Amino acid sequence: MSLRSAGGPATGDTAGRTVDQRQAPRKRKNFLGRQPLGLLFSAPYVIFVLGVLAYPLGYAVYISFHQFFFTAPGVQVDRPFVGLDNYISVLSDPEVQRSFANIGIFLVINVPLTVGLSLVLANALNRVTRLRTFFRVSYYVPYVTASVAVVGVWLFLFQQNGLVNAILGPLAPNPSWLTNSWLAMPTVALYVTWKQLGFFILLYLAALQNIPDELYESASVDGGNKWVQFWNITVPGVRSASVLVTLLATITGANLFTEPYLLTGGGGPDGASTSPVFLMYQKGILQGNPDVAAALGVVLVIGVLLIALIQKRLVGGKED
Amino acid sequence: MSIFNKAPLRNDDDDARRPRAGTPEGATSEAPTTVAAASRKGSSVAKRKNLGVGSFVLLALGAFVFLFPFYYMFIGSLQTNPDTSVGGAFPSPANITGENYSNINNSIDLLKGLVNSGVFTGGVIFFTVVFGLLVGYALAQMQFRGKGFVFGMMLLVQMIPFQLLLIPLYVMIVRDYGLADTYLGMILPFAINSTAVFVFRQYFMQLPSTLFEAARIDGASELRILWQIAIPLVRPAIVTAVLLTFIGPWNEFLWPFLVTKDQAIQPLAVSLANYISNIAATASNPFGAILAGACVLAAPAVALFIFFQRQFISTNIGSSVKG
Repeated sequence: MSLRSAGGPATGDTAGRTVDQRQAPRKRKNFLGRQPLGLLFSAPYVIFVLGVLAYPLGYAVYISFHQFFFTAPGVQVDRPFVGLDNYISVLSDPEVQRSFANIGIFLVINVPLTVGLSLVLANALNRVTRLRTFFRVSYYVPYVTASVAVVGVWLFLFQQNGLVNAILGPLAPNPSWLTNSWLAMPTVALYVTWKQLGFFILLYLAALQNIPDELYESASVDGGNKWVQFWNITVPGVRSASVLVTLLATITGANLFTEPYLLTGGGGPDGASTSPVFLMYQKGILQGNPDVAAALGVVLVIGVLLIALIQKRLVGGKED
Repeated sequence: MSIFNKAPLRNDDDDARRPRAGTPEGATSEAPTTVAAASRKGSSVAKRKNLGVGSFVLLALGAFVFLFPFYYMFIGSLQTNPDTSVGGAFPSPANITGENYSNINNSIDLLKGLVNSGVFTGGVIFFTVVFGLLVGYALAQMQFRGKGFVFGMMLLVQMIPFQLLLIPLYVMIVRDYGLADTYLGMILPFAINSTAVFVFRQYFMQLPSTLFEAARIDGASELRILWQIAIPLVRPAIVTAVLLTFIGPWNEFLWPFLVTKDQAIQPLAVSLANYISNIAATASNPFGAILAGACVLAAPAVALFIFFQRQFISTNIGSSVKG
């Protein structure tokens, strides 16, 4: 329990390094380090990462540049290099373009709503003491529940003569939410916002703990009301969490599959809610064009990275 | 899948924030973060609670929006005839039946589905805990060549988007290795959850390294140190990691859906999804049956998280955001 332990979880890393340096001259002869067994302990994880994650990553890029077929195990077939052909057929496919536009609509609705609502709710949660646990649990219940299960209720709620339309009465949209080509994607976006919000509330709640109380105290001494405090202390105080929430919400959106598959019966109506990942499934696995699907995957990831960079600039502000 | 993709960026922020939150907790190093952080939070809230009325109304409204669909799911699963009017949201004794549960059970074997989900999830948790503890301990308390590489890899890996791996993994696991319709094929891509590895490392990091040096001097083997000293000290980390890991495979739909065609081995999420998209239309009360299946699928996860809610608070899940 010496000084070294005082670093806690975070600074422990640097503490470890000092130990290392101090004892380095004595132990240098051991090429594999002081506890070479560490290599053995890490081996299963390293093998897992290289074999199941890193290798397929390269393989995805390889597939996307070749003409690729599914084969039975052990069968060798010629898979010629085709350059950018797969990419060209992906980018010129109107279905694909539609799916990217759909994701665009999704993100425009989902991301601001997610950031706004989760920050407001986390902030409120941080202020109350009564029923705190109840609220916290009720917010993350949708997050920990399988999408397949919750989709069932949403179908029930938002069907033509469902409860939502019953409450709206004459205001109910026709055709109904999920079968209306204008409303299908926004409804999916709303669903995902609702489903994921609890997770983001937890992230914001953690970030809020890092804002010193003194800031709020001095603000109220200076006569700043709650609004002023929220905008001038809370919002800037959780900026790095906001960047994180924005990025994570975007990545979740780009991964959309279950919702268009089940909620709108396979991206309907008429492709109005298809997502790129749904098309990857359809083209790659149902129609047997893994090469095109892999290219679509690469394009999607590059797109997400670009959006993420822009968002980091915008939301991160001067901090970067 | 969500955890899988989410984790990475959390770590990004980590470095910047580390020193601040870490310091006070490390000093009391026998108790992991949870306790210390929770009490700290409690005190800060107490100071500001007088502002609560507006917030309380907002929160109550939010809780209603979040919980109502679950209530409605349950009510709907008990209705003989689906009642979608506003009155249908209240239980009416005349319209209650358990029939939907037996209907869905006749179409998809619920118990078998639950068992399959359990094997899939249990397998992932098993590999994550066994191998994650090993590598987490090595990264935190052992000095060896390549440690930096392993650590960097753990952070980077969490940034790999799953959609990019979808096709190559399908080609490898289903076509090349012939693991379609096997538990191993389902488990493999998720086998070791990197976020959990990170959580393990963070907890092991908090333990004083002198403890381990002393044990080494006394001649204890590394495995024995891990088993008898380190693991008993990080039990809360194991609960947290198990919960974090649980959400992934239990709720995962896309991957097991691709890998399994045989209903006998499908996790419940997949067989229920197939029911929703293919069979439901032919049933007499499709929504009742779907909702009954949904309740069965949702119940274990919800119960688990309510029971262990203490372990699943901001300090844990956001541990890497906060430091």
